[in-house]
Amino acid sequence: MKETHYSSQQQSSPPQTDLSKRKWIGGAAALVALSPGLRLVELAAAKPNDQPASSAVRWGMLVDTERCTDSCTACVDACQLENGWGKGSTDESRSRATQKAHWIRKVKLRDRETGKTHILPLFCQHCENPPCVDVCPTGASFKRADGIVLVDKHICIGCRYCMMACPYKARSFIHEALHDQRVLVPRGKGTVESCTFCVQRVDRGEQPACVEACAKLGNKALTFGDLSDPESAIAKQRTEVTSRAIRADLALNPRVRYQGI
Amino acid sequence: MKMAGKTAGSTRSAGVQVTFLHRLVLYVMLLAMVSLVRAAVPVPDIPLPQDAKQCVQPKSIMRREHFNFLYHQRDETMRRGIRTKRYSLVNCVSCHAQKDAKQQYIPINEKGQFCSSCHEYTAVKIDCFECHATVPVSKSAGQ
Amino acid sequence: MTTIVYMPLKEKQLGFYLILAAFGVLVLVGLLAAWYMESNGHYVTGMNNQVVWGLPHVFAIFLIVAASGALNTASIASVFRKTVYKPLARYSALMAITLLIGGLTVLVLDLGRPDRLIIAMTHYNFTSIFAWNIILYTGLILVAVIYLWTMLEARMAGYNHQAGMAAFIWRIVLTTGTGSIFGFIIARSAFDAAILAPMFVVMSLGFGTACNLIGMLTLFPWNNRPLGEDLVHRFRKNLGIFVATNLYFVAVYHLTNLYFRNHQEAEQFILFTGNIYSTLFWIGQVIVGGFIPLMLLFVEPFRRSRGSLLLASFLVILGGLAQLYVLIIGGQAYPMPLFPGMEILSSGFYDGQIAQYVPSLPEALLGISGFALTIVLTLVVLRVLPMLPQALIDQKQTSARHG
Repeated sequence: MKETHYSSQQQSSPPQTDLSKRKWIGGAAALVALSPGLRLVELAAAKPNDQPASSAVRWGMLVDTERCTDSCTACVDACQLENGWGKGSTDESRSRATQKAHWIRKVKLRDRETGKTHILPLFCQHCENPPCVDVCPTGASFKRADGIVLVDKHICIGCRYCMMACPYKARSFIHEALHDQRVLVPRGKGTVESCTFCVQRVDRGEQPACVEACAKLGNKALTFGDLSDPESAIAKQRTEVTSRAIRADLALNPRVRYQGI
Repeated sequence: MKMAGKTAGSTRSAGVQVTFLHRLVLYVMLLAMVSLVRAAVPVPDIPLPQDAKQCVQPKSIMRREHFNFLYHQRDETMRRGIRTKRYSLVNCVSCHAQKDAKQQYIPINEKGQFCSSCHEYTAVKIDCFECHATVPVSKSAGQ
Repeated sequence: MTTIVYMPLKEKQLGFYLILAAFGVLVLVGLLAAWYMESNGHYVTGMNNQVVWGLPHVFAIFLIVAASGALNTASIASVFRKTVYKPLARYSALMAITLLIGGLTVLVLDLGRPDRLIIAMTHYNFTSIFAWNIILYTGLILVAVIYLWTMLEARMAGYNHQAGMAAFIWRIVLTTGTGSIFGFIIARSAFDAAILAPMFVVMSLGFGTACNLIGMLTLFPWNNRPLGEDLVHRFRKNLGIFVATNLYFVAVYHLTNLYFRNHQEAEQFILFTGNIYSTLFWIGQVIVGGFIPLMLLFVEPFRRSRGSLLLASFLVILGGLAQLYVLIIGGQAYPMPLFPGMEILSSGFYDGQIAQYVPSLPEALLGISGFALTIVLTLVVLRVLPMLPQALIDQKQTSARHG
């Protein structure tokens, strides 16, 4: 549905940049920047199209594992649909199950000593010190100014070293030619990919698909927002609840933290 | 070195006498080759979008520079998050993708479609659509 | 002091071209396999999202590590000034170059996007040891060529020591870098160990010497060139020392890992589970690649036989491949410690499960073609250029010392 909305938007307006719309968005952003208390939605307003991502913003996520349930897969389904992998696409028909891409998965754990079980979604943790970025020989794996870790598939050579280096096994390699990509989510044979925090949605001022789906259809376990903004819901929640990073001993300072484990 | 008698209208070069007849055959062969080549690869007939009146830049500039616009834009969008529409590949596809008789979008990288009609003619391989969507709307796009 | 005369390979025309053609076919088959993998995508291989580096990487890294060690003979001659090795210095530098080219070819052809090699050579992320390795590998070819130049061109002979020193330092850095590809990985229990860098240096000495020996012990008799026992015996001792030292480093690495309680399960998986990795470790790496060669090299009556030396060299190579298989693939097969103290009951992406990997035919063909390419290039250059001494006769005329 979002795709048709986008293309009809394209066909109705001429190919040149719509200056009047730019001014409105720029104005709205200025208004929001000037009055931090005034918010249209929970998140920061959409970044204007012609403005780069800024390091004044630090995107992060908080996962409440106590709310996450075994039977719910809303986050995984929504990610697949939004980004065009798994059930969200007709591609990867020839790859074996172990070769298919996974951007997010549910993991069920049990403490060996106490027997307590936990459920949580696991995906790219968007580390502050990402080992995948360190090891990429061409610099295709990079961290954007606002903290989102991405793969620049224009220069990815498909060496898979980042997959070796990722402590969360967050990355996937595409093992065959793809034809059914989402318009705003390019992915292709021979390159590596992982969760992008739905960067195409975040840049529009929306939440990642998993967060939105969890809120609407799931158990409201995911909170996403700007960690640099002390007024954001996620920043406030992080000061109130105990949360930790997975494999915190590696000192990667992931932007995704989990409460309840 | 042997000195053979020279026939009129010929030159000597490294012991081979090149006569008028040799030259005629050579020129005819060259002409045939050139005509054959020109006949084998027709100048492309580029399908143009039905509704948009003009491209983001004039045709003469786009022919020479479209790849530079795309190279620049891809880094702006990918690395810096600047999503201006003018030179974005998504924008190109949304205008230049054609529809078939059933009003379904034809993948833009198919033979005879917008990009490949020139790129096959010029023998310049592009790999944009190994990753980028070939239609403005994905078939599997969810609700 | 007799003057050493270098001559290109001659004689046995038909045999030479037949052998060259046979290995050439292997190279072509490997290239076909690479094209098949690239055009279809890696779904045709046994590699997957759990085991991302497979058989091609085992072969490629073996060849690259062996290349560095193959240069050792020349280093001993030019840097450490043991002149008895000098006649083999040209051949040693040549083997380093051809082994490296063979390994790099396999590595590059397995990339997801090998058509982007130009990008790999023009976009560098200098925090990546992989990027540094790209520079080190291509640089070693250049340094080795310059080193060869000081040996082939009489006017450059004065620079031989400096060129040899440069090549020596470069290859130590290169092998350290190759080991650090794994040593710098914090994610996996099998890898994050600084010992991997010096271990790779020691591995390179053994693998490279074995490759050099196989070349020498086949080429000299094939061309009816005498090869003195004194020199052969030195190589025998060197190979033995390198194999023993490699076993030492492997022992230290595993004992340390066993001592770490949090690495113990990963170690037990590799060493004691009775799966492919422990089989390859004990039988392939330790026995076939370690104890049997040591026996062939040092125990009577084997230590007098060139046949035993040749066999030992082959076994060292097999053991080396096993060692790298256990390290690279075994290291990926054991699940990462995502949640220490927790048991993973289920996961959508195989977390907590032993990863399965079955090598496929295209991967094996590509890997083998790396060896074939090395052999083809070596034979061609040896045929064309004066790289191999016409005769290597013992300097001492009295009965040879057994050492």
